[in-house]
Amino acid sequence: MASITFREIEGSSPRYWFLLGFIALFAALGLGAAYYMEHHGHIVTGMNNSIVWGTPHVFAVFLIVAASGALNVASIASVFGKVMYKPLAPLSALLAFSLLMGGLTVLMLDLGRPDRLIIAMTYYNLKSVFAWNVVLYTGFFSIVAVYIWTMMEKKMGGFSKAAGMAAFIWRLILTTGTGSIFGFLVARDAYNSALLAPMFIILSFAYGLAVYLLVLISAYTWSGRPLGDAVLKRLGRLLAVFVAAALYFVFVYHLTNLYFTKQHAVEHFILVSGGIYTTLFWVGQILIGGIVPLIILLNPTLRASRGLLVAACLMVVFGGLAQMYVTIIGGQAFPLDIFPGWEEKSAFFDGVVHHYAPSLPEVLLGLGGLAIALVMVTFGIKILRFMPDSLADAEIDPHAKA
Amino acid sequence: MNDSQPSPNSSNEVDEHRRNFIGASAALAGLTVAPGVVVYGLAHAKPDNEPVTNKVRWGMLVDATKCADGCTDCVTACHTENAIQTGALETDPHWIRKVELKDMRTGRSQSLPVMCQHCEDAPCVDVCPTGASFKRADGIVLVDRHICIGCRYCVMACPYKARSFIHETLTDQNPDVPRGKGCVESCTMCVHRVDRGQQPACVEACSKAGHNAIIFGDLNDPTSDIAQRVAGHPTSQLRADLALNPGVRYEGL
Repeated sequence: MASITFREIEGSSPRYWFLLGFIALFAALGLGAAYYMEHHGHIVTGMNNSIVWGTPHVFAVFLIVAASGALNVASIASVFGKVMYKPLAPLSALLAFSLLMGGLTVLMLDLGRPDRLIIAMTYYNLKSVFAWNVVLYTGFFSIVAVYIWTMMEKKMGGFSKAAGMAAFIWRLILTTGTGSIFGFLVARDAYNSALLAPMFIILSFAYGLAVYLLVLISAYTWSGRPLGDAVLKRLGRLLAVFVAAALYFVFVYHLTNLYFTKQHAVEHFILVSGGIYTTLFWVGQILIGGIVPLIILLNPTLRASRGLLVAACLMVVFGGLAQMYVTIIGGQAFPLDIFPGWEEKSAFFDGVVHHYAPSLPEVLLGLGGLAIALVMVTFGIKILRFMPDSLADAEIDPHAKA
Repeated sequence: MNDSQPSPNSSNEVDEHRRNFIGASAALAGLTVAPGVVVYGLAHAKPDNEPVTNKVRWGMLVDATKCADGCTDCVTACHTENAIQTGALETDPHWIRKVELKDMRTGRSQSLPVMCQHCEDAPCVDVCPTGASFKRADGIVLVDRHICIGCRYCVMACPYKARSFIHETLTDQNPDVPRGKGCVESCTMCVHRVDRGQQPACVEACSKAGHNAIIFGDLNDPTSDIAQRVAGHPTSQLRADLALNPGVRYEGL
């Protein structure tokens, strides 16, 4: 392999500034929406006392899960020693860092009391999965920052493998923590499963790689740098494996629930009678987020088209958001069964499917989180050397047959 | 040795004085403390300067057979006591609600109040990242409003739908029951009343209505009405499968 030169993008064209401004506008709208929600209270959102986690959580959890997955490309280089992935690693680490920042911003701004962030950082109930996550997030930032340093500073290059290994292990623990936020909720039928932790890890592989590919293709196309088919073919095939694995986990999760009689009601709700949740599950999560991208990524003719590859990645992202919506909001919409065997009715909506419709501020806050991540990446590649000059086939692997 | 040692007689006099003084002081002290001790014994009121003790486990027993269909006196009393404005919106807070039940096989119907079950192993306490959800030594589960960040994880974790998130600015609060926008809250078992030796508002209202469907007391005190009822009658816990050992028990369910 020829020696790879990393260089900042020039980022002086009007097109660059327009792009940065456009994304920053969404970030600003998100912050504005958060201010509006904080000022008026959550009454201006679609959330209520039955569905307390809404659209901001859908975006936040998606971004946090995608963050750890985006680091995978770097891990393949450092931990598994795949030379071809080495030039791809710094961008992967930057994206991971940025996505986590975006996700956490949304999560924090959706708190009832975002002004008490300092309390969340200084008071720990060590039995709380949330508290574990606070530690895992801060640890992830630190470890990835060090990892980036070892990759960018020649003198530190020797520590790169160790830092990569630490980051890899940490990200697995982090996503276990994210999945366990739901998996440890014993009271709710839709959660309460140890399977959620490994499932979230697999989902993170798929979401993270899809976002990485989108960023990679956009950055190289818009900056006019060469990007060969060899890299895309390899990453595309890997994405197919991850999407298939994600589908497998979803299948096993529902199969287990379908076998347990007491879980039949919640399964019927999600798979058959849940209205928007059922539609989002079958059409959003399974068809658009799973089967169609899989067909594209596994078919040699289809995946050769860069446009279709981008489409497949966008579909995985959309499917991921649909999956988070079904999991987080659908899981709460299904009523708690406090009196098994009895029909329940009350002024507090016991025993009925709960209603939720996302409000504009919630959607803006969620998109704002994504925008914050993209602003960080767009600006990051301008000021530091995250991207190789060229990822043309000849540079990356002279023997590659694209 | 002291040369000016008093004569045996004068020493006896002094001792006499001392004894009288100590006796009088003890009597006075006794008189001062006695009413408190008596009141404490009667009503378990806890003086403000004494910590809460785990010798007591406050609990409630709901007798579903006595709970009258359509009566919502307990709910109204709770709302009045805690200054809760609630309505028909899903964003409105509910600390206690009447649940109408219908047996899916036999069609038999029943109604009963459901509130925070004050679990011994409360899931809301487990999941709270900052420790704002906490259990007092006497078993009452509360939210520390100074450190609640409004993450709503406790609402997700509660199996009883007992918690409410405050969606908008509140007005006309009861100074004894501080609440606020952006925090989570639930039934406090009227802790401000219990600490004064009174009963929770819902219990008092139910008794005033003549139903006596909710009794309140110390589950740890074998002589208490509630402990004897729980010991002598078949009672049940909601979601007993979760093994949370709630402080609220149900009879006749």
